[in-house]
Amino acid sequence: MKDNKINKDIKDWYLSEFKEFENKLNGQSKTYLHKLRKNAAVKFGELNFPTLKDEEWKYTNVKPILEHQFKLSESSETPTDIDLSRYLFDGFDSHTLIFINGRFSEELSSIKELPKGVIVDSLNNISQNNPELLQKYFKEGEGIDNAFNALNNTFASDGLIVSVPNNVIVEKPIQVLFLSGDKNEAVLSVPKNLIIAGANSQAKIIINYYGISSNPYLKNITTDIHLEESAIVDLYKIENEDDKNGYHIEKTQVHQKESSVFSHYSINFGGKIVRNDLKSKLNGENIECNFFGLYLASGDQHIDNHTFVDHAQPNSVSNELYKGILDDNSKGVFSGKILVRQPAQKTNAYQSNKTVLLSDGASVDTKPQLEIYADDVKCSHGATVGHLDKTAYFYILSRGIPAELAKSMLIRAFVNDVIESVKIEPLKEKLNHMIFEQLHRVEI
Amino acid sequence: MIKIKDLHATIEGNEILKGLNLEINAGEVHAIMGPNGSGKSTLANVLAGHEGYEVTKGEVIYEDKDLLDLAPEDRAREGLFLAFQYPIEIPGISNATFLKTAVNEIRKYRGEEELTAKQFLDLIKEKTKILDMDNSLLSRSVNTGFSGGEKKRNEIFQLLMLDPKFAMLDETDSGLDIDALKLVSHGVNSFKAKDKAVLVVTHYQRLLDYIVPDFVHVLSNGKIIKSGGKELALELEEKGYDWIKPEKAAAHSA
Repeated sequence: MKDNKINKDIKDWYLSEFKEFENKLNGQSKTYLHKLRKNAAVKFGELNFPTLKDEEWKYTNVKPILEHQFKLSESSETPTDIDLSRYLFDGFDSHTLIFINGRFSEELSSIKELPKGVIVDSLNNISQNNPELLQKYFKEGEGIDNAFNALNNTFASDGLIVSVPNNVIVEKPIQVLFLSGDKNEAVLSVPKNLIIAGANSQAKIIINYYGISSNPYLKNITTDIHLEESAIVDLYKIENEDDKNGYHIEKTQVHQKESSVFSHYSINFGGKIVRNDLKSKLNGENIECNFFGLYLASGDQHIDNHTFVDHAQPNSVSNELYKGILDDNSKGVFSGKILVRQPAQKTNAYQSNKTVLLSDGASVDTKPQLEIYADDVKCSHGATVGHLDKTAYFYILSRGIPAELAKSMLIRAFVNDVIESVKIEPLKEKLNHMIFEQLHRVEI
Repeated sequence: MIKIKDLHATIEGNEILKGLNLEINAGEVHAIMGPNGSGKSTLANVLAGHEGYEVTKGEVIYEDKDLLDLAPEDRAREGLFLAFQYPIEIPGISNATFLKTAVNEIRKYRGEEELTAKQFLDLIKEKTKILDMDNSLLSRSVNTGFSGGEKKRNEIFQLLMLDPKFAMLDETDSGLDIDALKLVSHGVNSFKAKDKAVLVVTHYQRLLDYIVPDFVHVLSNGKIIKSGGKELALELEEKGYDWIKPEKAAAHSA
């Protein structure tokens, strides 16, 4: 009963907020985007927030998120004392987009000259300038399967839009910063992102979710990604929300067509409660899908990664590697599902999840799942949970290296294969630095 | 340099060393031989400070200090070195970073200044030359993807870089072809000096053709049951270990 009451109260709050939001829309209430929002609001009213009784949420209790009344931020103004350069990855040239509390800030962003036809913009701008694009990729009532992504779509006003035409290569990485936090309010931000890579096109995107706040905030994201034939997309998601006040929920849905190559990096450092749902549908032959993940938590952080690779056609490859290091009383969750449908013969699917626990208080729930309906496939999965290797530790100590540094070396060694898969060299170096910072360890 | 008295050590409750006595002086090379499971590697690991072993009795005095009181990293800083039988791979940490950290930590402990980049590179050049090693090895991760022979050679390279006082080689010859064996031996021989000591743990006599010991000890069932000069190794090679056992039995029954 108590759960139901919390659920109803917070839903009522968001729905009343939605009414207020609608009243302020004026001219924008006629847009296609608002049509989507109204539709989502109806769905939101019908859905309940997940509880531990839901199979997909049994390890992640979202109740602490429901206890706050998060309020949609109305401006993209930054608190004046913020040095944004601290939160951007440097050492390489990039197109930079900055969102403050979910709102695109044109003046802080810097989008350089792009190849002809490439769109790198905000959802708010596209909603006004190019609603046809939204009509093509966002259908009413599609893509909503729980109260969180319904909530995202109910308020969706801004987000990242990237569209690369056929045969175009965007050389420079597109770097996006979603910065959250407010001195006075518990803010809600609901980025709704869309990435479209045309046939034979290429793009590299880095999305950095960051938070600095003494108030709780909720970043509730949906990201839709479409790769046409032979497109190549690398998406680096760097989640570095505030360890004490940041709540982060994202649902990413990828649609891959024939011969496309998609590589997703989910690098999680921060957040009090983090839930990532990453799904790719391999709807064509000769597709390659790579999921790399890292979760490094300390204190009482909770980081949950759910992945789903859906092999629908023959001759494709998926490769998944998630690694975690958990310290103090932090908790990790990994649930990885591979579905090989009956037509998907000659599928190669690999999955590995490894977690190292640095303390007695840390724990992980790991749940690999294979569901195979084709008979000529190669699939493997494995999960390990353990501590730093004792013999290796002794080996390093026996060279005169102090205990703390020896542990750092073993941590670095453990995450090596994920870090080495990062293709942007300066980003790799920075991530290396962030690993030790997050775990409060001496850097190697 | 090191004096081991009545050393008893267990692992997971099983007693492996059962009252071992051994004294090694500066300038000497000792070899410990013995059948598999006799406790050879245990001795080397106990002396280096492996936490999996528990010393239940006895003492080890190293340079007037109680060695068993020291943490493994401090034993290394005091000049003790163990070349591992199975060197560990550390992906993501380059050989250069690893060695520079180790060398400078040891120097710091001794109150010496850290090496400059130039000094460090000069040292590397000097030591890689002795072992005929390729410099590209330095940018590679520690032992990662190395062949068995490369790993063993890398252990001896670390030995030369860290320049300890007392070096223990745990089955360094296993898995080495003759050319690699010669190189590794050449490295160890270049380390030998009046103020240094070497303890070679081996199953076979072959290595001792190249690293010639002053003393050979036979370890059996956790104790040294026979000691002699380098000719003892040849005798063992010829007759195997079995001929010693009756002698030991006789000694016991007497």
